[in-house]
Parts: sequence; structure tokens; C-alpha cells
Amino acid sequence: MTTRADHTPPLSLLSERLLRLVFGFGEAPMALLQRLLGMRRLPWAFLAPNLVVFGIFTFLPIVINVYYAVTGGAQLLPRDRPFVGAENFGDLLVCRNYFDPTTCRRDLFWFGVWNTLTFVLIQVSLMVFFSLVTALVLNRKVLGQSFFRAVFFYPVLLSPVVVALIWKWILQRQGLLNAGLAGAGLTQVNWLLDAHWAFFWTVFVSIWAHMGFYTLILLAGLQAIPTDIYEAAAMDSAGPWRTFRRITLPLLAPNLAVVLVLALIRAVQVFDEVYVLTGGGPGSATTYMVQYIYQTAFAQEVRQYGLAAAASLMLAAILFGLTLVQLRLTREKAK
Amino acid sequence: MSRLRAILFATRGRGRLDWTDWISYLYLVLGLILMFGPVLWLVLSSFKTEAGLIEFPPRLLPYEQAHIAVAGYDKPLPLYEITAGEMKGKKLAEIRRIGLQTQMVDPAQPEQVVRIPTQERRPVRELRFAWGNYTELMGRFSFGTYLWNSVFITVVATLITLLINSMAAFALSKYSFRGRDATFLLILATLMIPPTIVLVPNFFIAASLGLVNSLWGVILPGVATPTGVFLLRQYMLTIPDDLIDAARMDHASEWRIYWRIILPLTAPALAVLAIFSVMWRWNEFLWPMVVLNKSETFTLQLVLNSFQGELTTSWNYLLAMTVLTLLPVTIIFALLQRHITQGIASSGVK
Repeated sequence: MTTRADHTPPLSLLSERLLRLVFGFGEAPMALLQRLLGMRRLPWAFLAPNLVVFGIFTFLPIVINVYYAVTGGAQLLPRDRPFVGAENFGDLLVCRNYFDPTTCRRDLFWFGVWNTLTFVLIQVSLMVFFSLVTALVLNRKVLGQSFFRAVFFYPVLLSPVVVALIWKWILQRQGLLNAGLAGAGLTQVNWLLDAHWAFFWTVFVSIWAHMGFYTLILLAGLQAIPTDIYEAAAMDSAGPWRTFRRITLPLLAPNLAVVLVLALIRAVQVFDEVYVLTGGGPGSATTYMVQYIYQTAFAQEVRQYGLAAAASLMLAAILFGLTLVQLRLTREKAK
Repeated sequence: MSRLRAILFATRGRGRLDWTDWISYLYLVLGLILMFGPVLWLVLSSFKTEAGLIEFPPRLLPYEQAHIAVAGYDKPLPLYEITAGEMKGKKLAEIRRIGLQTQMVDPAQPEQVVRIPTQERRPVRELRFAWGNYTELMGRFSFGTYLWNSVFITVVATLITLLINSMAAFALSKYSFRGRDATFLLILATLMIPPTIVLVPNFFIAASLGLVNSLWGVILPGVATPTGVFLLRQYMLTIPDDLIDAARMDHASEWRIYWRIILPLTAPALAVLAIFSVMWRWNEFLWPMVVLNKSETFTLQLVLNSFQGELTTSWNYLLAMTVLTLLPVTIIFALLQRHITQGIASSGVK
């Protein structure tokens, strides 16, 4: 069971002391605490550090966020901020035509909303499709299965900044992609300075970076399907398409649902890679909601904390709904 | 030979390669190029000099103009191959260039200077890795400071994360007390509050606690994680309670039970959480960007971002710095690939 310091011959006095220190960590003060609190209240002592951090950095901020959203001005200190009621929300929501952000008072916010919506619809459907295809291919008895699984998963671990720089280097005017186009005799494109192409590349790069994660979840789901079902289907001479439609897809449905919701939650919050790759541009073509919040609160001459807080509460409402769905799905899957 | 074929083209028991197998392999090879090619391109590019990087179309490998030491000249001279005229095919070194004419010299006969028009020669190139991109980072860009900041945040945050989340998981899995299930649900509920939506209030709290421009301001907000508590609690539930009862008979304190019995047995789950935490912290971007404004407190991710935003970006240094930033993650992945993928597949978190 546990290795005990006094059973292993010490290499030196120092290492013995080190082991004592590690194995005896916290023992004396915690024994005292146990005597003071008694067994009944002791669990709370174990929970305390976690709950304090959650309290300060997760629960308290929600309350403060609401306070910021209903106060105005550029001051950070709450007592210096005048109460403005729903003005921030009104400010964000005033539009003559909701489908045309240029008619809105806060046009950048609505560009962010529409860009995010388009991004989410396109990115999530492509993400689910490609991770499903990749999982299906990897689930076949292919040579080097674990190698290819690692290849598809590797970008997931890269930081968003690194991901963005990798692609920026390829997409720049004199980059690899344009060199390839020039070699093929095609016209070169300034990929990140053209609004439509820049949008395309934010979708592409975010799929590239996160697909492996969803592939992994789907692959685990596929591997959990018992093989004798497939054998029975083969016995009934069911074709591959029929087998997929009637067996694989229904049995994979819980995993697909989890993947769909997780991908949605993350796509709504898209920020890091895009911010480094395009900076939200050209113009506001790739400015998404989180970037709007960040810029409004932290990257402007006048820091509009109230506006940012109001926008983040709206984002929170969307995410809250999505997470409820996710929790329900995970619980159903666990059953 | 047929054995080799059978191994190489293993199919789903049908013996022959079916068209679906061909498509699968095609897909995988395309995937390999698309997923890994860009990273490889970054690494290869990071070994080019600034001059090599602006070459268009780019070369795959870092080729540089060859230089040669010639007797009688202080510096090594650039080497050219002559493409026309009576010296065709010879390799000469350039002494100086005057308009379209150049004075060149045969390294074998350094005293004899010849005139060659510029269009009748082509530079001799050789494979050379520009290690300077890496070695100069330390001196010129105080890379060491940023590296230290990133390492400090990653290591300290991971240690605290492991400690306090395992403590909470221990309480939630090994005791029964009033409010236990409610507390667990409350912790899980924090999943619904991603850090992106509490940026403003968290910045205020960090400012009130004096944590702005401090590495602790990056570390503390994320040390309690619902994912960690969940992962560890589920694992601890599988540890039989008999062990704890036996230890209590021996008058072990509850902390001793946690520290010396439960924690060692939870090692596999702790390892998964440690890997996650290292990845989260090393790659974290938005919150550090909000809380760290002075460049001496920047992490690697922040300095990469601010460096690439400058108008005159020296891509050779930027690329080298990017490679160094992805290196630790890559090494961890290469060593622990199986643990990482299994951990994610079983917990569904990242």
C-alpha cells in the first residue's frame, strides 16, 4: 500500500527529512483542527479552501456583475459608479433593424452577435460532421490507429496563441498557401485581409484546433458499441449504410448529443485563436461576442465596464441554457 | 512477402483491400498532412534567417547562401556558381559588386580576380540552421523572464489545484454530513459560469486584493475547478471504506487518512488532473491578458501575442519563440499520450 518513509533506507539525511516533510505535511495543525472542530464539522474544513476560491472568484462575481451592469461611468470602484438602471441593456438593444447592425446604437455589439451566430451555426455543424467522420475512420481496424489518433488530437493541446501563429504564418501574403497557389498558376489572395476569407479561416482554424477532442469522445462511444451487434447485422446481410443508420447512429446518439452541446458552448465563447489570428478584423468581420466584451471593458480609452457586464450577462443567459441541456444529457448518458 | 502484405493491408477480416479501406487511408494521410504539416512548417521555418523567411516562393528547408574563407580576405566571401561564359560550372567567391558587374575570385587561386556579369552566376546554397533565432532570444527579449513566469504559474497553480480539489473530493466522497449533496451540486453548478462571462467583476476583485500585475492574480481564480472535484470524487468513491475504518482503529487522524491513505490510492486520477491543469495553465490567455499589464509579468502566451501585434515583427524570433512555447506541451503529449486521451475519453472534459 502506501510507501512509508521509515521502511525505505534513507539515501541521505536530507532526503529523509524531505520525505518526513512531505509525508508529515499538515499533520500537526490538522490534528489540532480536528480536535477543535470535532468530527461532525471536519468535512467543512476539507471543503473550505475550495469553497472560498469558488465564493470569491465565481459566485461573488455574478452578484458584482449584475451591479456593474446596472451602473454607468468608467470607474472600476463600485461606490464611484452611478446607478443607471437598465440603461446599459437598453443601450445595447436599441436598433432600428436588428438584421442590420449599422442601424444599432452599439453597432459593434450587434456585429458581434451576428458574427457569433453565423460562426456557431457553421463551425459546430462542420465540427460535429468532421469529428464523426474521423472517429468512424479511426474506429476501423486501420494500421497505426493509435498513431493517427494522436495526430488528430495533437492540436487540441496547443495553446490558442500558438495555433493562431502557426496559421498566420501559413496564411500571410508571402506564406506557404500563396506560394502553393502561385506554383499552380492561380492568383494569390490576402487571406486575412479579405472579410469573407478571414471569416472562413477563423472557422477552419478553430475546427483544426479542437476537432481532436470531439473525435476522442465519439471514438470512445464507438468502441463501447458491442461488436456482436455488428456480427448479427452482417449475418442478416445488412449493407454498410444500413448498418450505420440503424445501429451505429442510434447507439452513438448520446455521445453525439454531448459533443454537440459541448461544441456549442465553446463556439459561443470563441475568442483566443481568432483574436490573435485576425484581431477581429478586417473591420469587424471576425469580431465575436467575447471579444466585444473584452474590448469594451479592457482595451479602450474609456473603459465601459457597465456595458461589458451587461453584454456578458446576455452571453451568460445563452450559456446557462446550453449548460442545463449538457448536464441533463450527461446524466442520461450516465444512467 | 504475402505476410508483409497481410500486415500492411490489414482489413476487417476480408483479406483484400476494399475501396472503403482505400478511402480510409486516403483520409488519414490527408489528415496527417493537414494536422501535422502546419506544425512541421512552423518548426522548419523557425530555423531560417530573416532573409531566408522573406524568400518567395519559400523553400522547405532552411537553405542559405554559402560563404567560403579565401586567403587574403578578412571575412568569408559569398560563393556563386557561374552559369555562362568560359568559367561556366566553376564556383567563385564574390569580392565586390559594381553595378551589374562583379569582381570574383576562385578560392583555389586567390590572387587572380575575374569580372563576371551578375546575370551569369547563381548563388550556391547550403543547408544551414539558424540557431541564432533561438540563442539570441535569451539576451535580446528577456525570454527567460517570460519562461519563468509561465513555469511558475503552471507549477504553483497545478500543485494548489491538486491539493485543494483532492481535499474537497475527499470530504465529498468519504464523509456523510448534512449539505453534502447540495455542496457537490453547487460546485458542479460553477460549470455554468465560464470565466469569460465574469471578466469585469473578477478584474475588480483581483484589483481589490492587489493581485493585478501579480502572477498570483493569474493563479488563484482558477485553482478550484469543478472538473477536478468531479474527477477526483468519482475516483475516490471506488476506494473501499474498510481501509479508512482500519486506520481509525489505529487512531490515525483524519488528515493522516487523507494524506497517507486516500491520496496515494488516487494517484491515477491525480495524474490526469495534473496533466489537465498543466495544459490549462500553460495555454491560458484571456484572463492573464486582463490581469497582467506590465511586460515583465507577461507569460509566454502574452508575449507571443504582443510581439506578433507589433508593426515590425521579426518573424524569425517570433517563430522560434512559438516553437519553444509548444515544445513542453509536445513533450508531455509524446510521453503521456495514452493517459491524456484516456482521461479525456472517460471524463469528457478538457
